[in-house]
Amino acid sequence: MDILIAVCLVVLALAVAYVVSAPLRAPQDEEQHDPDQGRSRASEKEAADEKAELDSLLTARENKYKEIRDAELDFRTGKLSSDDYKAIDAELRAEALEILDQLEALDRS
Amino acid sequence: MNPARKRKVRLVVALSAAVALATALIYTSFNASSPALTPSQLVRQAQPGRTYTLTGKVAAGSVHRNGGALDFSVEDRVGGTTVPLVYTGSVPDPFREGREVIVTVEKQGSRYIGERDSLITKCPSKFKTAPAHQKQNA
Amino acid sequence: MAGLGFACLLMALLVCVYGIGASLYGVRSGRAEFTASGRRSVYALAGVLTVAFAVLEVAFLRNDFVFNTVADTSSRSTPTFYRAAAVWSSQEGSLLLWAWLLSLWSSLALFLTRRRMRDIASYATAILLGFGGFFIALMVFYANPFATTHPAPAEGAGLDPLLRFPTMMIHPPMLYSGYTLATIPLAFGMGALLSRRVDADWLKAVRRFAFAAWLFLGVGILLGARWSYSELGWGGYWGWDAVENASLMPWLTGTAFLHSLMLQEKRGMLKVWNVSLVLATGTLAIMGTFLVRSGVLNSIHAFGGATLGVPFVTLIGVLIVSRRDMLRSEHRLDSLLSRESIFLANNVVLVGLCFVIFWGTYFPLISAAVTGQESSVGPPWFDRYTVPLALLLVLLSGLGPVIAWRRATLANARRNLLMPVAGALLTLVVLLLAGVPGRPYALAMFSCAGFVLTSLGQEFVRGTRARRAMAGEPAPQALLALVRRNRRRYGGYVVHLGMAVLFIGVAASSSFKHASELSLAPGQSARVGGYEMKYERPTATVTPQFDREHTGSTMALGAEVNVSKDGHHVATLRPSQGYYASGESSAGTVGSLIAGQAVSHISMSGGVTRDLWSAIQPDIGAPVLQRIVSTGNKTLPSEDALVALLYLAREYLKHPPPAQFHFIVSPLVMWIWIGGLIVLGGGLIAIWPAPSTVRRRVLARSRAARGLARA
Repeated sequence: MDILIAVCLVVLALAVAYVVSAPLRAPQDEEQHDPDQGRSRASEKEAADEKAELDSLLTARENKYKEIRDAELDFRTGKLSSDDYKAIDAELRAEALEILDQLEALDRS
Repeated sequence: MNPARKRKVRLVVALSAAVALATALIYTSFNASSPALTPSQLVRQAQPGRTYTLTGKVAAGSVHRNGGALDFSVEDRVGGTTVPLVYTGSVPDPFREGREVIVTVEKQGSRYIGERDSLITKCPSKFKTAPAHQKQNA
Repeated sequence: MAGLGFACLLMALLVCVYGIGASLYGVRSGRAEFTASGRRSVYALAGVLTVAFAVLEVAFLRNDFVFNTVADTSSRSTPTFYRAAAVWSSQEGSLLLWAWLLSLWSSLALFLTRRRMRDIASYATAILLGFGGFFIALMVFYANPFATTHPAPAEGAGLDPLLRFPTMMIHPPMLYSGYTLATIPLAFGMGALLSRRVDADWLKAVRRFAFAAWLFLGVGILLGARWSYSELGWGGYWGWDAVENASLMPWLTGTAFLHSLMLQEKRGMLKVWNVSLVLATGTLAIMGTFLVRSGVLNSIHAFGGATLGVPFVTLIGVLIVSRRDMLRSEHRLDSLLSRESIFLANNVVLVGLCFVIFWGTYFPLISAAVTGQESSVGPPWFDRYTVPLALLLVLLSGLGPVIAWRRATLANARRNLLMPVAGALLTLVVLLLAGVPGRPYALAMFSCAGFVLTSLGQEFVRGTRARRAMAGEPAPQALLALVRRNRRRYGGYVVHLGMAVLFIGVAASSSFKHASELSLAPGQSARVGGYEMKYERPTATVTPQFDREHTGSTMALGAEVNVSKDGHHVATLRPSQGYYASGESSAGTVGSLIAGQAVSHISMSGGVTRDLWSAIQPDIGAPVLQRIVSTGNKTLPSEDALVALLYLAREYLKHPPPAQFHFIVSPLVMWIWIGGLIVLGGGLIAIWPAPSTVRRRVLARSRAARGLARA
């Protein structure tokens, strides 16, 4: 019984070590997306920063679209007057365009 | 009033309201609270008309029912003073002699009256300390 | 086997230490492979702790009394279901459950964010592993679930009878899931502050876990209240007990966060507030975990509180202040008449509620620190402050749906409020005319609930109408489509509906309940709240092993009570008191069979309009019964001791002494549970991912708008 437990432990420990060290043993793993990026640390960090900004803008865009739909629903359920709705809708679309422009700028760079 | 000033005024008003409410809260909590005392402390310090939270063990042989009320005595965890009291209200399931209890009492004249439904009995076995037999880590 | 379990704990501790190091190194040096390794440590931790938990679970199921926790909380006579659940009834087992759940949820969180937020995720990994490591260290050094005793005792102490109810066994895993899920936003929030990336992305990732924490905590709180009401012998569902409050506080701040994060999503507002809320929820969850643990952990609690808690909170404060540039709001409130402003008010009330409860719960410590004398405050103090705040909260939940985002049109808002206000007044008038006694708070709550229900009803009707105008569907389809395409809004409305119903139940059952405690002999009856409760006859059961409810009692004495109203039979209640065997032999062979914890098995008849609740405390100390016990003690060996109980039962049935009864008639209690379920259902609707077709349509329209702008 004890031998069995010892074997179990050893197997478990090996499995843990294997799983945890996998990224260290194979640096060329699926974590790096950008194929044409250099190996230097600085550009890795830059790429990560850019990706974070992209994710952030994409989320902001989704949120803005949701806001536009919410405003429309507010109007249709009688919470906004026609004039107020037009004004808010225009504001929101302008803000959405800003975000889309920022996304394009990021795309180009 | 320009928007910035308006915002500042709103903030000040909101904060003042919060501070006022918090002060009321804190003040009443100290007034409405019941100090936690053991039987020996209670006997020394209790003043008529004030409520106290009495903690201790239910003294053996002291539990009697009389009509709708329950008579029992609470004694210090480590020997000493015993305080008899009259309690009305719900009695928790684990209540029995020797168990640790917490009950809110008020001194009326020379008697102690337990506040209605204030009796709490500590669950004896749930988080008890290690039994006396030998223990070892495998 | 215990060795395997303990070795797993040690391995887990090592994995935590490694993971913290790898994640921190990975984020500081920018080397992604170390970050990945740190993340995988969390997966490995989950795996190792699963093995450890399985070892303990198997030990309980196999009645392996070598394990101290098994011997202390289980026995051969404990039914299998309770044996399986007894794992977390002990201190040590519950610590293991907490650590295991933390590792599982953390693995999920890190898996879902593995391609994004690398920096934030690295810090979050380190923080989560830090918490996990702390709890594992507690187990390794102070409260080892795998501690053993040789030779193993032949029989265990058995599960505490008070816990032998299904509700009570599911309650800890639910609550602990809530607590551990709440630490994930905490970790990601700190990570965001540390890596200076407090933007829209971390909020979106965190929202799901904050919501899951809210859901599980809510279920846990509801289950606890239900258990307290339907199983415990005091007939109440909430007592402002420290343990109850400990789970309510993070739920309140979590609710506040779910509202205020929408303000950050829409207007970039309240970044500091949101981060603080997230951190507060997580901290309250961890404090809650400690608060419900007592005994051995008291000293740890004090140690943890002073030595770790204060520096921790200070660190958070320093972090927030040093990052305040990033946390500046992008926009301010456009107008006081906006849904944003209602949400702000809602946040203030929720945090205020949390503060009141916090103050009252920790008052013993506060008063001891300030005055040197430990004092406590009771339920009346809590009620005094929470009831008005709850009224305000319900009112706001009815106001919000009527007011538009960003800037509402005043004329429209006024018009939209007509019906809800009418609803409130109508409710009040109807209640007063119906002769409902004048309890101000209850009537106010009913009126507010009327306000909310009318307001929400109006919203659903208008929304369906709008949808029909756009898509021409028949009403039921339109309603379904409306909810499906606006899940957050309408799911939220359903949640508020549920809360209103819940508060109706709370107000009615606390202000208008009738209770009576008295001694009755067979044939006598009591009048409670318009009902007549007649003690028909005594009941007695003796069970050598398992009773009908599988609670393992040896004997149960009770009564059959007939409840009638105006001469018509309404229900038959059968309350009883279950007696359990105690491990000590000091009470004698027969006495020890019933000297253990006595548990009240209440009998209840639930109804839509009212609940009939009954409990009994038979006079087991009656001389005629005690005589049987002492005779049995003197003459019977332990194997035959059960026979004496049969005599006792027969004697009780033939000549029952008067028993102490407790009757309660509470109106509308059922609506508390119904309301709770509605809240949970609404929450699920709100969080369900939206269909993607909607996104495409909006995208197309926006692109068109862009094209027009360029032209």
